[in-house]
Amino acid sequence: VSVTDNLHVAAGHWEAGRARAKATVDWEDWRERARAIRADAVARMPELIGELERTFRGTVHRAATDEDARRIVVELCAGARMVVKGKSMLSEEIELNGALSAAGIEPVETDLGEYLVQRRGERPSHILAPAVHLSARQAAQTLGLDSGDAGELVAHARALLREKFLAADVGITGVNIAVAKTGTLIIVESEGNIRLSCGLPKRHVAIMGLEKVVADWTGAAHLMQILPLAAHGRPAPTYASLVSAPDPGHDLHLVLVDNGRSGIRGSEVEEVLQCIRCGACLYACPVYRQVGGHAYEATYSGPIGAVFEHARTGERPDLPWMSSLCGACADACPVKIPLDRQLVQLRHARGAEGALWRTWARAWSTPRGYRATTRVGTRAMAPWLQRLLGWAGEREALEPARESFRERWEAKRGR
Amino acid sequence: VRVQLFVTCLVDLFTPGIGERTVSLLERLGCEVEFPAGQTCCGQPAHNSGARAAAGRVGEHWREVFAADVPVVAPFGSCVHHVRETLGAGNVHDLAGFIVDVLGHETVGGRWAGGPVAWHDECHLLRGTRTAAAARRLLGGVEGCEVVQTERADLCCGFGGTFSLKKGAVSAAMADEKIDRALAAGATAIVSTDPGCLLHLEARARRRGLELRALHLVDLLEPEGHL
Repeated sequence: VSVTDNLHVAAGHWEAGRARAKATVDWEDWRERARAIRADAVARMPELIGELERTFRGTVHRAATDEDARRIVVELCAGARMVVKGKSMLSEEIELNGALSAAGIEPVETDLGEYLVQRRGERPSHILAPAVHLSARQAAQTLGLDSGDAGELVAHARALLREKFLAADVGITGVNIAVAKTGTLIIVESEGNIRLSCGLPKRHVAIMGLEKVVADWTGAAHLMQILPLAAHGRPAPTYASLVSAPDPGHDLHLVLVDNGRSGIRGSEVEEVLQCIRCGACLYACPVYRQVGGHAYEATYSGPIGAVFEHARTGERPDLPWMSSLCGACADACPVKIPLDRQLVQLRHARGAEGALWRTWARAWSTPRGYRATTRVGTRAMAPWLQRLLGWAGEREALEPARESFRERWEAKRGR
Repeated sequence: VRVQLFVTCLVDLFTPGIGERTVSLLERLGCEVEFPAGQTCCGQPAHNSGARAAAGRVGEHWREVFAADVPVVAPFGSCVHHVRETLGAGNVHDLAGFIVDVLGHETVGGRWAGGPVAWHDECHLLRGTRTAAAARRLLGGVEGCEVVQTERADLCCGFGGTFSLKKGAVSAAMADEKIDRALAAGATAIVSTDPGCLLHLEARARRRGLELRALHLVDLLEPEGHL
């Protein structure tokens, strides 16, 4: 089985669930409300982050860069032997596991998919379903099991991870939504492992990208519903942990990570910060469907990853090219990020205009130039040139028409 | 009704027959078709390739060539979507949208005896101009034409302009998914409204040695049956 086969199975499954679930609500109205909530939060991000710092009843840390974030979290884990982790893309972004290991602390991923990926020494290939590139059999083999039975796989992982939860010194999780008004962190999940990571170890360290903040519970409640709906068609998250103060005898830390996010505010692609990481654009994307998440060689993959990674870091100008601009991503997005337009905007921002395009524009902005170049150009469309341009590598070479439409029109009807 | 034909560069140079059949269809429906001779391209290839200034210059020329008060019609949804979105042109229509939504025809006939066909939704008709339903309706009115059911007709075929050159292998894999589904459903041709998709799908099918044609909707709307 190939990665593409596994992806098509998963995508088909989730697409069906999503279609059923969307039909139960006024989807366009839901999207527009979600967009407005997120757009407002992004517009007021510094103010809302300031409010969250005041209302949250744990200790708040600020990290400007990934390096700061790693240092802060490693310091908070000082003296720990082992930490359990809830699935967090931010943790991947700041490469936290490597830093923990280097400090002699063993990080154990407790989301089953993330655990599989960690065991295999891979990156997550999907922001929501880290091991979606694997079949059930491949997943079982990773854990040394023979069968491809999902139930057996889960039972095995449960027994194994239960020991880890009980023995861990620190639990590290991400954050899906932070409510500025009440100082509440909302963490949603399907497996219950995050609940245990938050609650069992004596210390909970939550790491959060600045853009996850929203103003109040009205907005947060809507996002809590639309997130699982857009993700895999469930009407509500299986588990939701609300964290606002440490339990007695425990302590609680929140690490607010910027790492390039503030720089996206006010830019042409600001709306990308509205993302709630549902993964809908990944399954919708026909390019992602073919290549899978690893082909992007970045933390975040798919259309959202191509925009976010490039906008955040200013690196990887190749990423906006991982799209045929078909627009399925923007259509699927529950917060209406115009991803296809942004992919083009980023190509503009970084794309070298180039002498070739300048020459082309000079010629094709006059009918005479167009005629002259196409007369020469179509004759020069030899198969070898089409191979060089990238057309005829995977396809037969094109044959330009012997007479263009305009030549035929003029021959018949005059100019 | 006076109509300005925007034939598009790809149709002009590679598939002029699509342009000619567009003209004869519009004339059959009583339109007076003009062909503004100065037209070249809308600038979309440069726009999508990151060359904003070059796209702007060619787009500006497009605007000078076409009169704003006479409807512009093109057999190419992607170009229509581009001039609407990027140049802000209002009175521009894809062929199917113009016939169904502007002229108000439910069907324009057509005859087909070339075997079962699979429909491929052009991305920019589906999500851009939102006239994919109009195109499907016209296809439904073609006498003798069996349209086979294929799953995910809405998936992109992998053309994407410069994408097809830059990411050739991925582009071809996307075409293969489309082609394989059509063949599995028993189709002898894929029908769509985007001449770019059609060139790409046909060139890919031929490379694989497959007997599968790629046809424009307008090819099936000929009264006496085309090809």
